[in-house]
Amino acid sequence: MTTEIGSETEVKKESEQLEANTAQEGTEEATESQIQPDLDNPVSEKVQSSPSSQAPVSQSSPTSHKKEKEPSEGKGISRFIPPWLKKQKSYTVAGPKDEAKKREQTSTGEECATEVGEHPLPEAAAESKGNLEEATQNQQEVKADDQEEKHSVSSAETQPAKEDSKDIEVEKVSEEKEEKEEKGEEGEKRETKEVQTTDLKMEKVSQKTPKKIKTLPCKVMLLDGTEYSYDLEKRAKGQVLFDKVCEQLNLLEKDYFGLVLQENSEQKSWLDPAKEIKRQIRNLPWLFTFNVKFYPPDPSQLTEDITRYFLCLQLRQDIASGHLPCSFVTHSLLGSYTLQAELGDYDPEEHNNDYISEFQFAPNQTKEMEEKVVELHKTHRGLTPAQADSQFLENAKRLSMYGVDLHHAKDSEGVDIMLGVCANGLLIYKDRLRINRFAWPKILKISYKRSNFYIKVRPTEQEQFESTIGFKLPNHRAAKRLWKVCVEHHTFYRLVSPEQPLKATFLTLGSKFRYSGRTQAQTRQASSLIDRPAPYFERTSSKRISRSLDGAPVGITKSDQSLLKDFAVTVGPAGDKIYDSEIGGHGKLKDGDGRDEDGSLTKTPQLELTQDGKPPVVKTEMVTISDATKRTEISTKEVPIVQTETKTITYESPQFDGSAGGDAGVLLSAQTITSESVSTTTTTHITKTVKGGVSETRIEKRIVITGDADIDHDQALAQAIKEAKEQHPDMSVTRVVVHKETELAEEDE
Amino acid sequence: MAGLSSSGSSAGGLGRCSHAVVRALPESLCRQALRREKDSEVDFARAEREHQLYVGVLKSKLGLQVLELPPDESLPDCVFVEDVTVVCEETALITRPGAPSRRKEVEAMKRALESLNLNIVEMTDENATLDGGDVLFTGREFFVGLSKRTNQRGAEILADTFKDYAVSTVPVYDSLHLKSFCSMAGPNLIAIGSSEAAQKALKTMQQMSDHRYDKLTVPDDAAANCIYLNIPSKGHVLLHRAPEEYPESAKVFEKLKDHMLIPIASTELAKVDGALTCCSVFINKTSEL
Repeated sequence: MTTEIGSETEVKKESEQLEANTAQEGTEEATESQIQPDLDNPVSEKVQSSPSSQAPVSQSSPTSHKKEKEPSEGKGISRFIPPWLKKQKSYTVAGPKDEAKKREQTSTGEECATEVGEHPLPEAAAESKGNLEEATQNQQEVKADDQEEKHSVSSAETQPAKEDSKDIEVEKVSEEKEEKEEKGEEGEKRETKEVQTTDLKMEKVSQKTPKKIKTLPCKVMLLDGTEYSYDLEKRAKGQVLFDKVCEQLNLLEKDYFGLVLQENSEQKSWLDPAKEIKRQIRNLPWLFTFNVKFYPPDPSQLTEDITRYFLCLQLRQDIASGHLPCSFVTHSLLGSYTLQAELGDYDPEEHNNDYISEFQFAPNQTKEMEEKVVELHKTHRGLTPAQADSQFLENAKRLSMYGVDLHHAKDSEGVDIMLGVCANGLLIYKDRLRINRFAWPKILKISYKRSNFYIKVRPTEQEQFESTIGFKLPNHRAAKRLWKVCVEHHTFYRLVSPEQPLKATFLTLGSKFRYSGRTQAQTRQASSLIDRPAPYFERTSSKRISRSLDGAPVGITKSDQSLLKDFAVTVGPAGDKIYDSEIGGHGKLKDGDGRDEDGSLTKTPQLELTQDGKPPVVKTEMVTISDATKRTEISTKEVPIVQTETKTITYESPQFDGSAGGDAGVLLSAQTITSESVSTTTTTHITKTVKGGVSETRIEKRIVITGDADIDHDQALAQAIKEAKEQHPDMSVTRVVVHKETELAEEDE
Repeated sequence: MAGLSSSGSSAGGLGRCSHAVVRALPESLCRQALRREKDSEVDFARAEREHQLYVGVLKSKLGLQVLELPPDESLPDCVFVEDVTVVCEETALITRPGAPSRRKEVEAMKRALESLNLNIVEMTDENATLDGGDVLFTGREFFVGLSKRTNQRGAEILADTFKDYAVSTVPVYDSLHLKSFCSMAGPNLIAIGSSEAAQKALKTMQQMSDHRYDKLTVPDDAAANCIYLNIPSKGHVLLHRAPEEYPESAKVFEKLKDHMLIPIASTELAKVDGALTCCSVFINKTSEL
C-alpha cells in the first residue's frame, strides 16, 4: 500500500520534473507524449501518474497530499526515495503545471506508461543556468531511461504548459536549500517511519480504491533447469519475488544471486529488487532466470554447501555456453568434478560409455574430452558431492574470466573492445587480450552520458591531473546498464556497506540509483551467523542426496501473537555452544582470497567515509561531448528537431586520495547488521560479554515489517521466529517484544 | 593430470619441470645470427663452452631430462629455442617467429614436443608473429610484449591457446623482447631491470594484473633475465648471470635466501642478444602416458 510519505515524494517528483520540463521544454511536451507509444517500454517508470495523485500536486500542504493522493500506484516506492524529497512538497510550483498534471492523468491513467524515449529538447536548454540545466538533465535521463530509474516522472513530460524558466529557477534554488537542511535529520529514520505509517495509509486507500489484489503469473527458471511459477501481486517489487525464489531454494546466502529479465538475451538485465517488477518488464508472463550476480572471489568462504552448489550450477552453465572460456584440460577437470558431484564414485558397471553424454562440459565437447573426463572422474574416488563442488570451484575461480561481466564497447578511436566489470575493477579487452585495467581504487568516478560511458581515473605518479576516459556503448541503455553494473560491483566488493541513497545537493543531480543490497562484507557477516544444520538438497541429475550434508530445516514455530508491526527477538545462549562466529570482521574488505587487490590495504579505510553520511566530494571536470550529433527521432507530429542534452549520471566512488588511508578499517559498528527486504528490515545487534570466564552472546533482532494490506501478522511473527531459530539453532529465544505502531511516529527508533 | 589444480594454484606450479629442450649452436651463429649491435664478435669456442656448461647444469646439477636438438647451420639463431614455442602445462604453442629467417626453427622443436606427448597448437596465421622471448608467464597469467618480433595477432592466438589465463599486452620499445629486461625469479617474484623502459613495462604489468607481484630490481636489465625452477629435490633454484658479468646485479640475487643460486656466464651469446631464458624450453610431464 502506498505510504503517505511515498505519495508525497511522488508528487514532489512530479512537480520537480515539471519545473524542469516547463522551463525547458515549453511547447515540445505535447510531442513527447506522442512519442510514448513508440517506446519499447510501455510498462515502465512513471507510474506515479496515478489519477488521484495528480490534482494535489500543486498544493503546498502535505496533508492535502495525503488525503488526495492515495493512489493505487506507487506502493512502497517511497522508501527508496531519498528522504530529502519528502520535504519538498511545500515548494512545489503551482499553477499551470497542476493543470498539466491533470491532463496527463486523464491521458495516462493508472497503468499507462508515460516513458518517453530520447527525444528532442528545445534549444532553450542551452540558456539555462547550471541548476536548471541539471534539472533538465535529470528529466532527460528519465525519458531516455529504460524502466529502471527510480526518480522518473511521468506527468512532467507530457505537460504542455509553457513556463517562465527564470521563476522556476529561483524556486528551485530555495527548495534546494531547504532540502539540504532537512535531509540531515530525516535520513536515518526514513525506513521506520514509512513502515509505521502504513496502516494509516491502508485505511485511506481502502476508502478510495476497492481492494482488489490482482496477481500475475510469473515464472522463474532456476539454475538446475527447473521452472518455478508464482502468482505475484501485480505491484510486487523485485525483492518479493527474489525472496520467494530463495525461500524455495532454501538459500540463505542469497546476496550473490539475482534475477535476470529474460527478455533481453544478449546482455543480462537484472531485476531491481527495490522496484516494482511491472516497471521493469513488459511482457507477460513474467519470465526470469535465477543467476549468480556477484561471483564470490573465494567460494570457499561461503558458509553453506548449498550456496556453493548453486554457484557450481551457474558456472557449469557459463562454461558449457562458452561464456567462461577454459582450456581443454580445465574443461576436462571441471567436468570430472561435476560427474563426481552428480554421480558419485566412478562405477565401471553403472557408468558405461553413455553415462557421460548427458552432461555438457564444454561448448564443443569432443569424444577425446569425454574420455579425459572419465579418466579424471576415476581419480576422484571418495570425494563427497560437496567436496567435488569445492574442488570444482577452486579451479573455476582461477579462470581469468571468472566473474567478469563483459560489455561491448568502442574506444575513443572507434575500435571494438570489451569492458569487463569484475570484483577488482574494470578490465578492457581487445579481442581476447587484456589491454588495460582499472582497479576500483584507481577510479574516481564513473558516469554515462547518452551512449557514452566515462571513467575518471586517479592520476598516476607522473601525471598531474586526473584523466577521463570515454567509451562508446552501442546505445544509451547499454551505457546505463554498464554504469549500474559498475556501481553495484564497486559497492558490493569494495564497500563495507552500501552508500546512503544519494543525498542530492542541487549540484549533484544524477541518478539516485545505488546498490541497495548487502555488500560482500555484510553478506559475509550475515552468513557467519548462519548456524542451521546443512539443509538437504537434491542434485540435478542424480537426485541423490548430498552425502556430506545432514539435518533438516527447523520446523515452523507457532506463535499466538497477533497483529504486529515491529518486534524484537532476543536470542540468548543455549547449551554450551557459544555463538562466536567472527563478526565484525574488521573491515574485511580485502577478501581473504588469493586474489590480491590492487592497493586494497591502503584504500580500504577510505570506504568508510561513506558512513559519515557525507557524500564524497570529488571535484569533477565536465566532459563535453564534442560530436554534437543531432537526434533525429521520428515522431508522429512535426517537431523541431533540436540537439539533446542528456543527463550525466555519475557515481563517485567514496574514496579520496590515498592520503585518506590508514590501517585496515574497522567496521563502524561491527556488530549491528541491517538487512532489508521489501517486507522486512532486520537489524541484528550482537553483544558479547564475558562474565567470570563465561562468554555470553546475545543477539537482538529488530525486525520491522512493512505493513501491507495482506500481511498476516501472525505468520510474519512465526516466520521471523522460525528464521531466528534456524539461524541460531543452538540458542534460545528469551524474549519477544512486539510493537504495533498505528500512528505516524516520526521519532521512532 | 596437471590441471589448474596442480600447476595453477597460486602460482605454486611455476618453475616445476621434468624436461628441458635445448639446441646446440651452429657455427653460422657467429656471423649470421641476428643482433642489435653489430660491433662485437662472438668467440664461437667460448660460446660453445658456456652453452655446454648451461646444459650441464640442467642435466647433471638439476637432474632434468634434457632433449638436445642438433644444430642447423642454415638456422644461425636456432640455439634460442625459447622463441619458437610457449609451453604451459600440457599444451605447447608453436610460434611464428617475428624474424622470417627463423621460421624454420619451429620444425625440430615441434617434433621434439610431439615426442613428449604435448598438445601441440601451431600458429598458422600469416599475419601473426610471436617470439617466446616476449612471453612472460607468471604462473597466474601471461604478459606478452608487443615488440618488433611479436604482434597483436600473435598475442591473440596465444590467448586462444591458453584460455584459462588472462593475457595482457605490454608495449616493448627499446629492447628486443619483453624478457630482455625481466623474468620470473620466484612464484610471485618478478625480476626487473632498472632502465626506464623496464620500469615502465613493470608499471604496465602491475596495472594490468589482479595480482600483486613482488619485484626484484637489479641494476642491469640483462641480468634481470634469469631462470627460476622448482625442482622437487632442490626447491627454489635460480640460474642467474655470473658476478663476473654483472657484479652489482649478482649481489641482489645473492640476497635471495630461499633460492639455490647458480651463476651462469653467457657473455658470448649475449653479443647476439641471447639471454639465459632464450636457450631452453621447460616442460613438466607429471605423467607419462
